[in-house]
Amino acid sequence: MSVQDDVAKGSMVGVDVGGTFTDVFVLNELDGTAAVAKVPTTRPDQSGGFLAGIKQHVDNLSDIAVVVHGTTAGTNALLERKGARCGVITTEGLRDVLEMRRRDRPRTWGLRGNFIPVVERQYRLEVPERTLADGTVRTAVDLLAVKAAASKLLAEGCESVAILFANSYANAENEAKAAVVVRELWPNPHVATSSEILPEIREFERFSTTALNAFLQPEVSGYLQRLEKAMHSSALAGEFMIVQSNGGVMSVDTACRLPIRTALSGPAAGVIAAGYIAQCAGFDNVVTGDMGGTSFDVSLIADGQSMLSAQTSIDFGIVLRTPMIEITTIGAGGGSIAWVDKGGLLQIGPESAGSDPGPAAYGLGNTRPTVTDANVVLGRIDSSSPIGGKLASLDSDAAAAAIDEHVGQPLGLTTLDAAEAILRVANSRMAGAIRLVSIERGFDPKQFVFMPFGGGGGLHAGAMLNEVGIAKAIVPRYPGVTSALGCVIADMRQDFVQTFMTTVDALDESALAAFMQNHVDQGLTILAASNTRFVARSMTFELDMAYAGQTHTLSVPIAVELDGDTVLPMSKEVIVEAFDATYLKSFGRLLPKGVRRIINLRSAVIGERPKFDLRTLAPKQSIADDQPVKGKNNRQVYFDKQWHDTVIYDRLSLPIGAHVVGPAILEQPDTTVLIEPGLIGRVDEFGNTIIEQGGLRK
Amino acid sequence: MSNKPNIDPITLAVLAGRMEQIADEMDATLFRAAFNPIIAEAHDASHGLYHPVTGDTLVQGKSGLPIFVGVMSFAVKAVIDKLAADKDLADGDIFIFNDAHIGGTHLSDMRLVRPYFYQGELFCYLASVGHWHDVGGAVPGNYNPGATDVFQEALVIPPVRLARAGVVNQDIIDILLRNTRLPQSTQGDLNGQLGALDLGVQRMNELLDEYGSSTVDTALSALSDSADSLMRAELAELPNGRWEASDFLDNDGIVDEPLEIRVALTIQDDAMIIDFEGSAPQCAGPVNIALPTTVATAYVAIKHLFPDLPANAGVMRSIDVRVPEGSLLSAEFPAPTGGYTETILRMIDVIFCAAAQASPELVVANAYGTINALSIAGKRANGQPWVMFSFYGGGHGACCDGDGLNHGNAPISTATIPPMEILEAAYPVMFRQWALRPDSAGVGEHRGGMGAVYEIEVLEERGAEAFLFGERGRFAPRGIAGGGEAAMNVFSYEQQGEWLHPPMASKMRGIKLKQGEGVKLETPGGGGYGTASKRDASRVAEDVRQGLMTAEVADAQFGTSWRGVAS
Repeated sequence: MSVQDDVAKGSMVGVDVGGTFTDVFVLNELDGTAAVAKVPTTRPDQSGGFLAGIKQHVDNLSDIAVVVHGTTAGTNALLERKGARCGVITTEGLRDVLEMRRRDRPRTWGLRGNFIPVVERQYRLEVPERTLADGTVRTAVDLLAVKAAASKLLAEGCESVAILFANSYANAENEAKAAVVVRELWPNPHVATSSEILPEIREFERFSTTALNAFLQPEVSGYLQRLEKAMHSSALAGEFMIVQSNGGVMSVDTACRLPIRTALSGPAAGVIAAGYIAQCAGFDNVVTGDMGGTSFDVSLIADGQSMLSAQTSIDFGIVLRTPMIEITTIGAGGGSIAWVDKGGLLQIGPESAGSDPGPAAYGLGNTRPTVTDANVVLGRIDSSSPIGGKLASLDSDAAAAAIDEHVGQPLGLTTLDAAEAILRVANSRMAGAIRLVSIERGFDPKQFVFMPFGGGGGLHAGAMLNEVGIAKAIVPRYPGVTSALGCVIADMRQDFVQTFMTTVDALDESALAAFMQNHVDQGLTILAASNTRFVARSMTFELDMAYAGQTHTLSVPIAVELDGDTVLPMSKEVIVEAFDATYLKSFGRLLPKGVRRIINLRSAVIGERPKFDLRTLAPKQSIADDQPVKGKNNRQVYFDKQWHDTVIYDRLSLPIGAHVVGPAILEQPDTTVLIEPGLIGRVDEFGNTIIEQGGLRK
Repeated sequence: MSNKPNIDPITLAVLAGRMEQIADEMDATLFRAAFNPIIAEAHDASHGLYHPVTGDTLVQGKSGLPIFVGVMSFAVKAVIDKLAADKDLADGDIFIFNDAHIGGTHLSDMRLVRPYFYQGELFCYLASVGHWHDVGGAVPGNYNPGATDVFQEALVIPPVRLARAGVVNQDIIDILLRNTRLPQSTQGDLNGQLGALDLGVQRMNELLDEYGSSTVDTALSALSDSADSLMRAELAELPNGRWEASDFLDNDGIVDEPLEIRVALTIQDDAMIIDFEGSAPQCAGPVNIALPTTVATAYVAIKHLFPDLPANAGVMRSIDVRVPEGSLLSAEFPAPTGGYTETILRMIDVIFCAAAQASPELVVANAYGTINALSIAGKRANGQPWVMFSFYGGGHGACCDGDGLNHGNAPISTATIPPMEILEAAYPVMFRQWALRPDSAGVGEHRGGMGAVYEIEVLEERGAEAFLFGERGRFAPRGIAGGGEAAMNVFSYEQQGEWLHPPMASKMRGIKLKQGEGVKLETPGGGGYGTASKRDASRVAEDVRQGLMTAEVADAQFGTSWRGVAS
């Protein structure tokens, strides 16, 4: 085992709390062993399941050094709009910025649909104050008005407050003065200014991010503090950390102050794990596909780096500007409903039966066919012992009846052909998402491997090879607990942004270096405050740049020299070279007389956490390549218009080196992996299943 | 349906997705590569596959601008017409043009059309359209409210070969680059469009290699048939009858007289006639539109009514669009068309008002109905000129589902508004207000969305001039099913401490502003849905409590019963 000798004593634990299950991943740093647990999520107090899962593998809770949590508390509060009543104090004339958005609409076609801002108009109060774009204070903030506004919001029952002033990215003075007054009378720490949360130009995005932070803060910080308390009262004294949407972890204190950074905490952990697993297995370019009940989430990792987007809309008008792992979602999950439109064309989704009532086969009230129903009817999912453990068996007849009525009859197809048609259309849509995500980022999807995770992805991996022309799919050994695994792997990371508008010619190098230093100092202070051990620390700096006249900016990585922890000013030439190189790569040519501009500085301070050897998760046995392996039983499975006698394998008992020729099905408690005819599955040294072309087509 | 296509439904469903994806990937390629933000950020572009003989739309991408869905087939037809005379078409030919009288919309939209050959046979056309930043003409950006012919708007290019058998003709590019204020942007956008077409060819090759050209060909006609069936099924659910609606443009910016847009919708079983007879004649100013734009606009209106319809020509088979000759909806070359947006927004409004009489649940009440192109321009201390040009938003209409959206974008577009702080950082102005406009929505069982108030102060010592091209200054956006009208567009400007209004209400040129003086744009809301008496009193009270409606207006429109009701 590759346990480094300086490893701290104890265990690292990753916990991912989902809607149905709480997944726990325990890494014993003493002996390098790892274990996974899946327990039911407890409600309303999730700490029950949280601790129950940990206790499955850790006898003495005081042995635990770190617990890292990927949480959906923030995501769900945003999606369900269940945050706190919060107030806004803003510049005179601008109370409606949050509600006016950037003048968009929910859907291109149809003109229907509305938007309800997270802060009602009556709790958005204006005060006299104004800063101009160059930072000049034109009207000093009226502090009496601020005090009156805060008192009014408090009297109205607001639990948190956001102070949102125009151009505060250029000069935060008015906001800072207002914050002092509000904090004096506000009974809790839930007060923030827009320049504290995001000192970046673009008022709607900054205001929205700050207001959403205020909306989440009472809820998320309350949840995290309850969890921490429950941990401490059961003698778990290890450090408690939270995965951020950028794929790094942060302390629980930071998370309580900046809950906005948890918006994609759970999914981000999954992508981090996927990237790590793929990289260990020798693949730097991977596209991940997480198939859930209602959606298929695609994420791209190129050269080992997951894509970060600067801004994300959680829902229409719910805009967060904070770096997040980029995840593209399409409505093609296991619960997506198949239907035939009035023109006679088979469609999948966007309507979904979700997990409740779920597919027709669940027998819980839905009688329309879903993607899962098609998998059941074709024998790809075992209806007598379905994965997940929620139901004892699935009603295959109900699935068949639903498919027959809604797809088979309208199209004149047999039930089986209709079921196959549903899968082909669903697979085609998923493949389309993978292609489009790659193209939009400028990559050829054929250069990537596909990694399915989540419960349903393994059924569709082979189809992605055929549809996209991807050479290989890699199914992790534990695809159902990927997010929990990611919690243990993720580095500690703090992102910072500062708008800094200048042409390169007029750049004040020392002023830029001072901002960088400020970011480094803040980041290192946070790392130092953590009890976690880091194997290395690193800082990255990027400038958002463009030619004058362009509104689209490029992220230009800048190599900055440091003397210890001190930033050394960089020359204009370094910035010019970096910009030109990035620009050339993106657009193929430079503008000979273009004026180069800087708009924002983005810094990241990263504490690299020790990685563990994935081999600890691998099967203990290995066999030679050509040695046959035995299945546990056989089942009839329908492929290409005929039933095939298909061997079913117990996936976790397959040794390293095992080759499984399709058609075959690999089963494990929470996942089914399908090897279609013509494909072959191989167990690699980490226990991943690599699927590629090579089997014999019958 | 009796005439089932002769292709298995599975392959058909898969091919439908694959071909739409090809168009989507072409969109994505151009958005990424384009130089100018109108394409890169506002996505003012579109791509698709078109019939080799008729030019009809076979497949179009999902992410392109709404108005292009439908207008592109005219671009392809223009090339086919040209080829009827000059029969030498080769693989690798690419045509380019912007002539709005042939291809629709306006001269900023550059169209590239490329025949796609498979195994030596013409299979279909691929086309790409994108809004270029500047194509010459009298005004930067080609938006000239004073234009009385196309030559004052931009360089006009008829369909010409940009490439012959794969070899690009640099002479054409040289002409284009010499006739723009922004040659780099032009070159970048052109390269992006060529790249998108290349990708389309590559993807089509892969698709045809996999499925064979006859299967794909059969699928394309089956998809068109399917779209036709879909449209007919929708129409068959509507009552038979004839419904009329009429509305007006304030004026054309040159002559101050209202211009009528009139429509009659006739539904007979599964077919519909959209007849614009009675609309105003061609006018002097740039609110004229060419015939292709009119037909495409009818399609935009229909797709808003039936948003799930696919983007192919099959949809229009059951629909007969009739446009009177000599009207401003079929303007002749060289009539100016730069302000086409205002006219087509009004066309959509009247189609909605007529359709609402047939089936109110189908329809959304009128949106704010103007793009309000406002520019403020001047010179800085160093002599550098500056122009702040933007479009401003307003309210969307209400529908049977609920109230309208506050502050949305125009139904023909998906463009967002630049942030106030970006504008303030780039130009010497300060927004005194960027707010919702209370009492601007049409009342009803469901009210319209709120319009906006933008008040902009000039900070530059040397002052500035303001230009506006708007509409709805004299005719308010309508409600449907008994819903009320929204507030009209009000433009005002400050001079010597007084607020004034321009004589043409919604259009003006060169208003002088001193430092510290401002302009104010109060945009319309959306129309209401259903009679006001049906609105829940608690919803009225809620709007008053939120300050979206004043108590006086609530009393006047709904009576006083809302008072004392908890919201």
